[in-house]
Amino acid sequence: MTGYILKRILSAIPVLLGITVIVFLIMALIPGDPATAILGSYATPENVARLNRDLGLDKSLFQQYFIWLGNMLQGDFGTSFALNRPVLDEVLERFNATLVLAGTAFVMCSLLGVIAGVISAANQYGLADKAITFAVLLGISVPSFFLGMMMILLFAVNLRWFPVSGMWPIYGARDFGALLSHLTMPAIALAVVATGVIARLSRSAMLEVLRQDFIRTARAKGVHERGVIWRHALKAAMVSIIPVLGIQAGFVLSGAVYIEIVFQWPGVGRMLVDAILKRDILLVQGGVVFVAACYVMFNIAVDVLQSLLDPRIKT
Amino acid sequence: MIAFLSLLARNRLALAGGIVLSAVVLLALVTPLLPLADPDVTNTSNRFVPPFSEGALLGTDHLGRDLLSRLLWGTRLSLAVGFAAAIVAATIGAAIGIIAGYYGGRTDNVIMRGVDMLMAFPYILLALAIVAALGPGLFNALIAVAAVNVPFFARNIRGITVGIAHKEFVDAARLAGLSNTRIILSEILPNVIPVIVIAMSTTIGWMILETAGLSFLGLGSQPPQADLGSMLGEARSALITNPHTSVVPGIMILVIVMSINLLGDGVRDALDPRLKSGALSRPMAATQVKRAGPVPAPTGKGLLEVQALETQFHVKDRIYRAVGGVDLHVEKGECLGIIGESGSGKSVTALSIMGLVSSPPGVITGGAAHYDGEDLIGAPYRRLRDMRGRNVSYIFQDPLATLHPLYRVGDQLIEAIRAHRPIGKEAGRAKAVELLDAVRIPNAAKRITDYPHEMSGGMRQRVGIAMALANDPDIIIADEPTTALDVTVQAQVLTILDDLRRSRGLAIIFITHDFGVVAQLCDRVAVMYAGRIVEEGRTTDILDTPRHPYTARLMACVPELGGGKRRLEAIAGLPPVVDRLPQGCAFADRCLKVQDDCRQGDIPLVRSGARAVRCLYPEEKAREAAE
Repeated sequence: MTGYILKRILSAIPVLLGITVIVFLIMALIPGDPATAILGSYATPENVARLNRDLGLDKSLFQQYFIWLGNMLQGDFGTSFALNRPVLDEVLERFNATLVLAGTAFVMCSLLGVIAGVISAANQYGLADKAITFAVLLGISVPSFFLGMMMILLFAVNLRWFPVSGMWPIYGARDFGALLSHLTMPAIALAVVATGVIARLSRSAMLEVLRQDFIRTARAKGVHERGVIWRHALKAAMVSIIPVLGIQAGFVLSGAVYIEIVFQWPGVGRMLVDAILKRDILLVQGGVVFVAACYVMFNIAVDVLQSLLDPRIKT
Repeated sequence: MIAFLSLLARNRLALAGGIVLSAVVLLALVTPLLPLADPDVTNTSNRFVPPFSEGALLGTDHLGRDLLSRLLWGTRLSLAVGFAAAIVAATIGAAIGIIAGYYGGRTDNVIMRGVDMLMAFPYILLALAIVAALGPGLFNALIAVAAVNVPFFARNIRGITVGIAHKEFVDAARLAGLSNTRIILSEILPNVIPVIVIAMSTTIGWMILETAGLSFLGLGSQPPQADLGSMLGEARSALITNPHTSVVPGIMILVIVMSINLLGDGVRDALDPRLKSGALSRPMAATQVKRAGPVPAPTGKGLLEVQALETQFHVKDRIYRAVGGVDLHVEKGECLGIIGESGSGKSVTALSIMGLVSSPPGVITGGAAHYDGEDLIGAPYRRLRDMRGRNVSYIFQDPLATLHPLYRVGDQLIEAIRAHRPIGKEAGRAKAVELLDAVRIPNAAKRITDYPHEMSGGMRQRVGIAMALANDPDIIIADEPTTALDVTVQAQVLTILDDLRRSRGLAIIFITHDFGVVAQLCDRVAVMYAGRIVEEGRTTDILDTPRHPYTARLMACVPELGGGKRRLEAIAGLPPVVDRLPQGCAFADRCLKVQDDCRQGDIPLVRSGARAVRCLYPEEKAREAAE
């Protein structure tokens, strides 16, 4: 088992390197030069040249990449010029908020999606199946930002159940209850699309499994239909559902950007959009690399979980 | 193509999606021709006019611009960008996928590594990074959305191409000296286009959503030009005071994406052959029973008595009569063999007894199965479940497929017990070990923690038998339990079954296509052909003097060790298809001594003493027909 985990972590290294290369290359595509962007178009050529030197932009792309990578490995992601603050500090702080939001949404969509998919498959072509299929269709078709706005309108403005936006109350205690009331709407808005996708996939995975021979064996043993569905079939279906959960985690993590804007959630997505609009390149680079790396790590955890579930995967 | 369209039209939801989408696209196309206000002319004295007002059907926005006009122009833009992104992504992705799949080897490796890298990014994050580099703007948003979707297409198309690239017709084209480019264009491309279409129809909704999302964030279309996403983004600040400016574009996105998804599902279903055959239907907990005729009363023969059993498969408008009126009975401690070719209905007969035939498509349409005087066919699911495994249990053919791959065998055994009576953890474990001991699995205490894939085929089948014994049933139905095993293991398994029968007084129904097995184990045997029993009697009698020509020919197919130089006679032809059974004898077309009257009317199963045969001209002597 430990060997497998170790192997999986080692195999992630090239992926992580690839991510830094891709991010670096994308940023190198930027037309114009960052020094001018920072100093504004009225800067003197000497000032631009000096800043370029300070930023290391006069070196070759190759050198620039390794300097950047080397610094990152030492925890130095550079300094955001717009915020005048180390990139890593800002990213870590913002990532915490995103993690709370995306983590909650992920737990919600995994549980609800799988349960809905199982119920749907168990009642194929029945009333519950049709209702769930329709809800799923609606869920995967609605833009999360629009859904979030409508939820604000209904539940915050009209019904006053939840606060309109933010992560914490402006005045008052920052306790768990306060967080929960702020978190509920954005987490639901973020979870809806992924719930739909997971439900849809769980349904077809279950239908696939329910036709297999070992299901007939379970029935022939006299196992209750509940047990056949929720134990035998679901366990086998999880083998193909878990990878989808991994993919959906990426959607939830990055789709959080819309929700963070709509609900003024102080997360990393909102930070990235601000940074893009301000052309704060180092902050964008650092943020993207950090989040992508976390996602790679998360996927390792997913693979390990998969190997725990399925003993046929050689560890 | 026409068949595809009609299949699509039959799906009402897809049709509705198609109609809505066509209407929206049409509206977007004719927008420049409509008498609309200029979408970009501001009129600040006329801000936030509510919908359904004079001169502004949907009201105006925060700058006093006409919302209907902006909506239609925005829809036009969103659709154009979404479709363009889909086409760009599909084209580039397909090209990459085909090249990787067709050339294989190193090219494939390098390309797919790159694709994997891109897929390691959370999707929208990558789009953000690309927009960050290119700068905000609708065209750049289009590039970003297309780019993040390329890996999806590349991976899908590569998989399909790899499959096609090794097909015979591609090899033939290569041998004919066609260039790689020509082969790709003329042989590969036409075969992957359906896949590209499916992938596009399922992702185009996403792409419209994503471009709208980027515009919503202010990274897509820039003012005054507006697509639906940026309309929503601009309206956000007035969400609370004037919600209609948000609702109008939001609903439009929802309508477009939903209609595309409906249509996309329809396209996928129409192109997926598995859905057409109904193969994705979930089997219900018990076989459906729709008995038209009267239910036969039990005659008290045997512990289990099957009478006039009819089981059919209803696939679309076709009816396959898998079992067409079968009568059987088995006594306590007796072993009854059912023998026949594949497709003769022997397994379906056995599975029908406890309602284990997959349904849909299976339906039991007639007959009865009386266990101790109780009819199992009409029994409610609850009663059936209670008796499964406790009174009548099954052993199936391939234990690798029939044991749950993710549970330890011990747990599967304990579960079989728990299904019928509560048992503690320790007692359950002890019982599981005892059961494995009973089927002579060495080191049983250790093996209970094995997973099925860690055992050999013979061991797995012993687990299958142990599971069937878990609740001391009266009847075991063994459906070709030894077919997947090699001969020595087969002999061991048969010995175990025979011992169990003698020591526990079990009744066994043993299904096989192997006369050797029948000879070793069964007291009586029933020969099935095309869903009916054609001959029945004591094993020794039938083996000595088969009376139905089919039985005789079937026995002539079996090689005998040291049996000399007898020719092995294959039976020419195939069994009839059970949805179009011929009149008269089903074997007539393959029978060497067929007469005219064999093809007329229903030929009855004629009993004389312990034997019965369904033939007008039964064999007189044992080996006559074979020689």
